[in-house]
Amino acid sequence: MNRTVIRITAQGMLGGRRGILVVTLGTLVLVVAVLMRSLSTLSDRELAEFLGAVSLTMLMPLFGLIVGTGAIGPEIDDGSVIHLLSKPVSRATIVQSKLVVALGATIAFAVLPTVAAALIMGGSAGLALAIGVGAFAAGAVYCVLFMLLAILTRHAVIIGLAYALIWESLVSSLVPGAREISIRQWALSVTDAMAEPGVFTSHVGLVLAVTLIVGGFVLGTWYAGERLRVLTPVGEE
Amino acid sequence: MATLEVSACSRWFGNVVAVNDVTMTIGPGITGLLGPNGAGKSTLIHMLGGFLPPSTGTVTLDGEQVWKNHNVYRTIGLVPEREATYDFLTGWQFALASAELHGLDNPGEAASRALETVAMQDAAHRKIRDYSKGMKQRVKMASALVHEPAVLLLDEPFNGMDPRQRLHLIDLLRKMGANGRTVLFSSHILEEVEQLANRIDVLIAGRYAASGDFRTIRRLMTDRPHRYVVRSDDNRALASVLISDGSTAGVRLGDGVLHIDASEFLRFAEVLPRVAREAGIRLYEVSPADESLESVFSYLVEK
Repeated sequence: MNRTVIRITAQGMLGGRRGILVVTLGTLVLVVAVLMRSLSTLSDRELAEFLGAVSLTMLMPLFGLIVGTGAIGPEIDDGSVIHLLSKPVSRATIVQSKLVVALGATIAFAVLPTVAAALIMGGSAGLALAIGVGAFAAGAVYCVLFMLLAILTRHAVIIGLAYALIWESLVSSLVPGAREISIRQWALSVTDAMAEPGVFTSHVGLVLAVTLIVGGFVLGTWYAGERLRVLTPVGEE
Repeated sequence: MATLEVSACSRWFGNVVAVNDVTMTIGPGITGLLGPNGAGKSTLIHMLGGFLPPSTGTVTLDGEQVWKNHNVYRTIGLVPEREATYDFLTGWQFALASAELHGLDNPGEAASRALETVAMQDAAHRKIRDYSKGMKQRVKMASALVHEPAVLLLDEPFNGMDPRQRLHLIDLLRKMGANGRTVLFSSHILEEVEQLANRIDVLIAGRYAASGDFRTIRRLMTDRPHRYVVRSDDNRALASVLISDGSTAGVRLGDGVLHIDASEFLRFAEVLPRVAREAGIRLYEVSPADESLESVFSYLVEK
């Protein structure tokens, strides 16, 4: 990890329009929670369903996409990353430092709002913690995945959006076999295991889910570093 | 003291060859990489800077592979041609970050010194996005100089600079060269390279075309057939006196003008006015027909 890389990345990511977007998304979750609370009282089961849809299915992939690509994509696009890469800092360190910023933003503006939303809507502390851990697991894997994507291709946002909308929202909820390779389902499995039985419904075994989350995160981080080593941030003549 | 070695190096993109079997050694002092736009200068500099792998051949710094080796940046300072920097930072923050990333003992002092070297200390606390093109160029330079690198690579550094900034940079690079640093810069302007470089390498259409000090290159560029278009009050008479002189390889009468192939540039420049005066012929116009840099360079390639 490198403090300078973390500082510049945070400044670049949270300073501009992306920062406003990130804060808005987090706030929106809280606003929706307050509205729900004032309109009706939800059972634990309804609450779980609602948070599963809002946080795990919509917020986390979108958030991972914004901060995961945002931590490195724009500087690759405009070529300024060359100033970072022409320094004696290992590419793995650069990726890890940028990931720390993306994860920090995810916790602050997506995971904590999710936990707060659960509490605002009258969920128990146990349920709030369960959905929080699940959201964090999903957010972490999404961040790595989308950061890797931003290093691999300049079309990361489009591809990531298509993945989040088509695969995670549609295919994995309709096609049973696709659930094993859905980040949302892995996260749901963790949440389900932590919450009271019968509140959440998950389709992937806990051991498999945790293995895939940790494995995906570690492998993704390593591979992103490897790809950054061979990135050619220069246009063809 | 550091030496960059390019050996049997080629780089292609798809089926376009950008750099074609180039072998060269870049040692201490100032080397100018000269060639027309699209000659492969940037591609070569990207390979020297470790941002592009050669398709074949090797690029080494003091015997060490440059590609996929981030440790070379302890020795290399790179000033890329593209303008993009972290423009949400101030010049000071940018130089400081650079010094920190190099792991220098006193990054603040190194950043101040580098900004002072490029005369940017007054604007150091303004955001880079508000800088002019020349200021951006200088702050990039400061960022590349923080660790006082033994090797400095600059891609078209004079682009967008006003004459005063240009002189300042020339002066700075001269000092670095005199201190035994290895400085390589690219340019498509002969006069620029001539003014500054101890040694010139010419790259044309991806090929290594010539090298030497500026006198050698100048001679190569001037000792070649030159084409002129001349208008006078008696083209036919002028043609006949010119063809009798050894400096003229051929003449052709055109539509009111005379096309002349001169074989020796300097001699022809002296002969033409003299014979015209002796024959009482008045010259209205003498203009070179092929003085574009590309045509000068392409002559070198054919050679």
